[in-house]
Amino acid sequence: MFKRIGSDETEIVTIHVDGVAVEARLGDSVAAALLASGLPIERETPVSGAPRAPYCMMGVCFDCLVTIDGVGSRQGCLVPVADGMRIAIQKGRRVLT
Amino acid sequence: MSSGGSSEMSEGGSSVETVDILVIGAGPAGLAAAASTASAGLKTLLVDENPSPGGQIYRAITRSPFRDATVLGADYWDGRRLVEDFEASGATFLGETQVWSLDATRHVGMSRQGRSRFVRAERIILATGAQERPFPIPGWTLPGVMSVGAAQTLLKSSGMVPDKRVVIAGQGPLIWLFAAQILRAGGKIEAILDTTPRSSYLAALPLLPQFVGSRYALKGARLMREVARQTRIVRFVNALRAEGEDRVSGLSYRVGRTERRIEADLLLLHQGVVPHVNLAMAAGIAHRWNEQQACFAPVLDPFGQSGVEGIAIAGDGAGIGGAEAAAERGRLAAWAAIKAMRPGVEDKVPPVEEILKALARAEKGRAFLDRLFLPPKAFRVPPDDETLVCRCEEVTAGALRQAVKTGATGPNQLKAYLRCGMGPCQGRLCGLTVTETIAAERGASPDDVGYYRLRMPVKPLSLGELAAIEPDPRAISAVVRE
Repeated sequence: MFKRIGSDETEIVTIHVDGVAVEARLGDSVAAALLASGLPIERETPVSGAPRAPYCMMGVCFDCLVTIDGVGSRQGCLVPVADGMRIAIQKGRRVLT
Repeated sequence: MSSGGSSEMSEGGSSVETVDILVIGAGPAGLAAAASTASAGLKTLLVDENPSPGGQIYRAITRSPFRDATVLGADYWDGRRLVEDFEASGATFLGETQVWSLDATRHVGMSRQGRSRFVRAERIILATGAQERPFPIPGWTLPGVMSVGAAQTLLKSSGMVPDKRVVIAGQGPLIWLFAAQILRAGGKIEAILDTTPRSSYLAALPLLPQFVGSRYALKGARLMREVARQTRIVRFVNALRAEGEDRVSGLSYRVGRTERRIEADLLLLHQGVVPHVNLAMAAGIAHRWNEQQACFAPVLDPFGQSGVEGIAIAGDGAGIGGAEAAAERGRLAAWAAIKAMRPGVEDKVPPVEEILKALARAEKGRAFLDRLFLPPKAFRVPPDDETLVCRCEEVTAGALRQAVKTGATGPNQLKAYLRCGMGPCQGRLCGLTVTETIAAERGASPDDVGYYRLRMPVKPLSLGELAAIEPDPRAISAVVRE
């Protein structure tokens, strides 16, 4: 859906999306890295299970909610990527384990 | 914590950091305000939820992926001067910081990288800016539908350009700026569906002479020409419907009474920006309906001071005025703070007459833009019952209207009926739609209907993080029986 233009000098980091290694650029937000990955990154809502993807990218809509390094429902558009970060796409209601 | 404030030690050894001025939001208003107060010798802390300063308009300005300045344009790069002034001022910047609590005692709860703490400020300047106005149409929750601001954020921060079929729908200056940026970056736009109605051009006409002399007029006309040369423009679109199963595949739209369809892989929506009210309202600052801009705006004195002592609001959060006006309002709020806290030091910052003059220049032509780009009612109060109004709790316009018929009189009562506005976004993407829809159903004014009652925490906070805050011994001794 998106291609990269501009400088190629930005440092590349690796994040893991549901176990799949994905390249991201330092300076990307988690939500931007997910959109750039080309992977199916849609979450499913807790209410109806409808698919959702990031909508506003500026901290307002909460449609980019994602589990980052084990912490659920973080705003992916506000968290910068870091090397080795583990991302899990949220599917429906959270289940207590 | 790497901030510049000092710590006020209380008896038990717990510390609460104190600063003279806390500025919340590092866009043009916040950067200008913090630079001014710090230059006058006030201990100033500027916080923002993003990692680097700039706000939305100058997003990623200190770490842009672009070498070529032409893509984002000269107005974007002007933001560098604000950051340079801020950096030279001695103020401290703290990024990735979300303020979740703010009240009349000016004890401010903030979270950074999973840890929370309190900061106490003598004065607070809220510069939390604007958000894009909700654009509730059928299908706007489908993956592949985003706001124009979202796509522009991807461009500014990560150098990302859409590479599939892109359709832009809506109205307002940002659409034309973003379209030009995408075209300069080598991208392609299938069509722009402009929702500005004929009646808005007529209504704005009397305000045109004042606009023509403003700095926006020539720039705007050039941008629109640049885009129109390379892109199909469909004008006077009066209905929109995003279509697709699991993601958007196209868009139905209507011009006059004619229905048409266009294929799209990415649909970008935008119909202007409105003040981001959550933190200000939760702090108890009164807001009133602004008819010209069809949104709630805080009640402030000419220097941005609110009814809550020690809290001022500057920038688009005080009412939409654009980036240049935001910076001047930031300086104005700072001037008032300096005058109150360090009388006699005002001469270290530009004289107030100069700020007021610059503000008037920046605000020239705003009335024309407000009138021309006031979104038509059909895009603010969804006529289709199936349209989702509350994206989080998945409440439709039909359910909302039904609840009003059965007795819900306002947004807060509506929560009990439908959970509308009670999801993670805390009403940010449905609040205005809900107020205006109830107002339309009841034949009441938006002021009478009111807005959601907003409460702390204004950003989600885990119980663990809350419990891990180092307690103030005085707070404990106040409730523990000996």
